[in-house]
Amino acid sequence: MIQKLALQHGARVRAMTLPLLVAAILAGDVSAMGSHPARLVRALRMPETMLVEALIDIRNNRLSAALERVDALLAVKPDFRLAQLVKGDLLMARARPIPTLGAANAPADRLNDLREEARARLNRYTLPPPKDYVPKYLLQLQSEQRYAVVVDTGRSTLYLFENRDGTPRYLTDYYITVGKNGTNKVREGDKKTPLGVYHVTSQLARDKLDPFYGSGAFPISYPNEWDARQGRNGHGIWLHGTPRDTYSRPPRASDGCVVLANEDLDDLAKRVQIGVTPVVIADHIEWVPTQAHQALRAVLSERLESWRVAWESRNAERYLQHYSRAFAAENTSLAQWYAQKRRVNAAKDWIKVRLSATSVFLYPGRDDLAVISFSQDYSSNNLSNRVKKRQYWIREGATWRILYEGAA
Amino acid sequence: MGENYSTMTTIRRQSLGALLLLLGALIGSTTTWADDYQEGSRLLKEGKRSEALDRVNTFLTQHPKDARARFLKGVILTELGKTEDAIKVFTELTQEYPELPEPYNNLAVLYASQGDYQKARKALETAIRTHPSYAVAHENLGDIYATLASQAYDKALQLDSSNAAARKKLALIKELVPAKSAAALARPEPDKPLVAAPVSKPDTPDKPVGSKPGPEQSAAPKPTGEKLAEKAPGDADATDAVVKMLEAWTRAWSNNDADAYLSFYAPDFRTPNGEPRKDWEAARRLRLAKPKKIQVRASSPQVKLTDNTHAVVTFRQSYSSGNLKSVGTKSLLLVRIGDRWLIQQELIDR
Repeated sequence: MIQKLALQHGARVRAMTLPLLVAAILAGDVSAMGSHPARLVRALRMPETMLVEALIDIRNNRLSAALERVDALLAVKPDFRLAQLVKGDLLMARARPIPTLGAANAPADRLNDLREEARARLNRYTLPPPKDYVPKYLLQLQSEQRYAVVVDTGRSTLYLFENRDGTPRYLTDYYITVGKNGTNKVREGDKKTPLGVYHVTSQLARDKLDPFYGSGAFPISYPNEWDARQGRNGHGIWLHGTPRDTYSRPPRASDGCVVLANEDLDDLAKRVQIGVTPVVIADHIEWVPTQAHQALRAVLSERLESWRVAWESRNAERYLQHYSRAFAAENTSLAQWYAQKRRVNAAKDWIKVRLSATSVFLYPGRDDLAVISFSQDYSSNNLSNRVKKRQYWIREGATWRILYEGAA
Repeated sequence: MGENYSTMTTIRRQSLGALLLLLGALIGSTTTWADDYQEGSRLLKEGKRSEALDRVNTFLTQHPKDARARFLKGVILTELGKTEDAIKVFTELTQEYPELPEPYNNLAVLYASQGDYQKARKALETAIRTHPSYAVAHENLGDIYATLASQAYDKALQLDSSNAAARKKLALIKELVPAKSAAALARPEPDKPLVAAPVSKPDTPDKPVGSKPGPEQSAAPKPTGEKLAEKAPGDADATDAVVKMLEAWTRAWSNNDADAYLSFYAPDFRTPNGEPRKDWEAARRLRLAKPKKIQVRASSPQVKLTDNTHAVVTFRQSYSSGNLKSVGTKSLLLVRIGDRWLIQQELIDR
């Protein structure tokens, strides 16, 4: 009896500071729940699940259970540095009271990196992707796009969606690392991750890569046409893996790339279609109910159809009304381009335009900018061709107009 | 719960025996105790706390000083949520039996339940101090945990990227442990009262039940320096020489100068784990030969001269090597051979 009482309570006395810290991290997350539509208990991938469960054990003062879990995790993933840190803390807490997560005598920036990773992973656990919601950017996928990638840099998460009849359905998600200096890339070497609508342009095989990039790399289309227009530069933004001795990297550590654990990258690689899979990168994903998509999608497809019909009508003024005053065609002034369009249209007896494989994305952070891509079958009395085209549409007042168009 | 802190478990298991023996002796002359006390204990096990309390109170009216019954009363009060009353009971027990860890431990439980973690910590630390050997074992285990922790930290933070990492880490444990083990081994000398003290005490059955512990008991946790001379005349020079020797010894250590370092050990030096002197020296040479920065500092040395040729110097030792830092109180037992003071034994002091 005595023994039992003493042991029960004696255990509770130990190392209260560590649980308090984890509790504080979790409390912070809960308050961030406000803007999030749904909360579910969620299953993450094995290493992350075990780590998060260990952190929750710590919060609930089950320190031995936490240590067992972390040990089991490290037996499988010895390179999971955050898990090593948690293990260190759990052991250190037995030796002396410790003031915070990461009680190691080490450079503060490295410790903070790992603390941030703990925070990010706990966040991921407490904030699962809301059911029946989709990122508002995925307005329409074309049938060839079997998957879509949406990165939430603020949540250190890459979400993978499956295309079900043009509508995205959540499949899975992965913890990721982004640029050391955050997001909104502007310049070469600014160590920031770009925000925007991109796609995977190629694949670099493991054996052609420096080991630093781990199990592979998928370059994406930064800078895109909108970036170029904004004067953004730089290159070599990839989705890639981690070095062999590193399970994961801190939330902000790359030179601008999006970094996944190798096993996650391998998993993702099975689904990526080169030149096809869209990669939307946002600071903070806005989730909307799947149905809420319909209205904007309808408006944009109506405008696209109106543009196509106007073109077929050979009425240059009607056709040009679909273009913004800020429209920029390659290497020509707006006036020259207008003149050319009028001349060409006037010379035609007939024009037929057919659009297919149309995808529509809303630009992250810009509710007034949409990216529409399609295959265009053009034929006329003296010319016919088939091209892949991309247009950037901007909303001016209540009207969507084309700001840029070019070959995709 | 209760799975957390194996040190506590160890401490409890060991001391319970001592407690029962002591209390058994204290109440040994009574024959009527069994009924109400045992009944109370049984009732508590059945969860009938109020009835249990009545029984124990009845028992205590006849044996107001009975320690075991008072302890049981404290437990019952705790379970009844009468925290303040329980604290009072356990506090009185700690005052009368300062060598018993259990009342301190339960006080810690109660303080912690009130959110007073500072008091809880103090009580637990006192509980650990009640037996020097517990304290050493506790400290040792703490150091092992700290060392294991620092290994995990190295991996977490990539603090040690050299390829000698694995070897070095193993060696770090060796570095920590022997000094402490020396202390642990040093304690159970036959002339030093230890864990057994309270147990052996009850050879006095005529002692009134529940009386305050005799001087023998309170002497139990006294440091080994007890019988050392405080300060003999003409010691100033010797003290000075010891302090100088201490500085030279830490300097040799810090300079990775194995020859100089080993020259400070007396021919009859007691190796930490009783290993052969040759093996110990070889291990030390290996440690000091490592191409790394060791820094050892000894501060606030206190010298006690036992006699003309023997002394004990106690000091704060701060050790740092690579990522490992440790600070602790250390004592060296010294012997004077010719004009040199040499180390006979290293101890970690409480």
